[in-house]
Amino acid sequence: MTYILIFISAVFINNVVLSQILGICPFLGVSKKIDTAIGMGISVTFVIAIATLVTFLLMQYILIPFNLQFMQTISFILVIAALVQMVEIILKKVSPSLYQSLGVFLPLITTNCAVLGVAILVTKHDIYKESLLQSMVYAISTAIGFALALIIFAGIREHLNIANIPKAFKGMPVALIIAGILAMIFMGFTGIVKIN
Amino acid sequence: MSKNLNILTNGIIKENPVLVLLLGMCPTLGTTSSAINGFGMGIATTFVLICSNLVISLLKNFIPDKVRIPAFIIIIASFVTVVEMIMQAYMPPLYESLGLFIPLIVVNCIVLGRAEAFASKNTPLSSTLDGIGMGAGFTLALTVLGAIREFFGTGKIFDFTVYPEDYGLTTFVLAPGAFIVLGFLIVIVNKLKTTKN
Repeated sequence: MTYILIFISAVFINNVVLSQILGICPFLGVSKKIDTAIGMGISVTFVIAIATLVTFLLMQYILIPFNLQFMQTISFILVIAALVQMVEIILKKVSPSLYQSLGVFLPLITTNCAVLGVAILVTKHDIYKESLLQSMVYAISTAIGFALALIIFAGIREHLNIANIPKAFKGMPVALIIAGILAMIFMGFTGIVKIN
Repeated sequence: MSKNLNILTNGIIKENPVLVLLLGMCPTLGTTSSAINGFGMGIATTFVLICSNLVISLLKNFIPDKVRIPAFIIIIASFVTVVEMIMQAYMPPLYESLGLFIPLIVVNCIVLGRAEAFASKNTPLSSTLDGIGMGAGFTLALTVLGAIREFFGTGKIFDFTVYPEDYGLTTFVLAPGAFIVLGFLIVIVNKLKTTKN
């Protein structure tokens, strides 16, 4: 039951993009087509899951025992950058077709603040920092929330292309306003389950 | 001299990182729930930007080209840690309200973008000026955005009450307000740009 609550809370109520405002750059940057949005969503889910696993272990078994918590930011970003590079190399070798479709997004993910954000949030949360399994469920649900928001937004933006928009609103402004309305819709989920 | 002045003012208006270049959207939207928060975030980022620009322009001949991005990220991350510790020690309320977004300065596209596009090619002096200018433009945009959201959301500007809080629209302080206000700010900037031409 706890895991289902974590999932609903992370995907809908505390949606990483529309409620916590993390990972806006890819959200606005790669949401012009649904296909690329799906590719980006899958890559981010993959990287967030691995990054959270590694940073959780790094925090528990290296940084805390040696009192090095102040190194958190530096070590986490290094780990994430290295991981993204590694995922890219492995994917290229193991599954060239998947690499073909995801390849372009992978370098972008290093600077996606949702990845570093989730890794840091997990270490600061009262409950998640104790349990690896709950952290992982939280991280993967957050990533699914990111993918969901991205794909919905891409669908809307495909329709915007054929809409008649005033010149000053074209491009980014209208996308931001649509994102605002989408965020307002997601506010409607508040209160479905009790968030801890 | 006029060249230096040009670099300094470039970031504030003509190439404002937020309103014209559309970089660094996460802190822009995430931390501007009030004018003070926006200003604090702007100053913290400016500090990181100036220091990292200066150090990177000094080290540009020693960093091998192939590993320059990881090297830049480590330099930036060290300064972010410095800022984080200073804020935790001397400004605990601001540290609390900015929270997660302070360590996230590391992945702010503006900082890495200026390091790669400007500091790795220019002298220490002009890189520092570029850092000051870009930082000022970023701070300006964040403070304006924060002030608008605070005004409509809570009826205050810089904690100074203008109208009773009960009449405020809380939506403006939450996530949707961030997106919509920034959208309209960019519309105004676009409009000004086209009428000027």
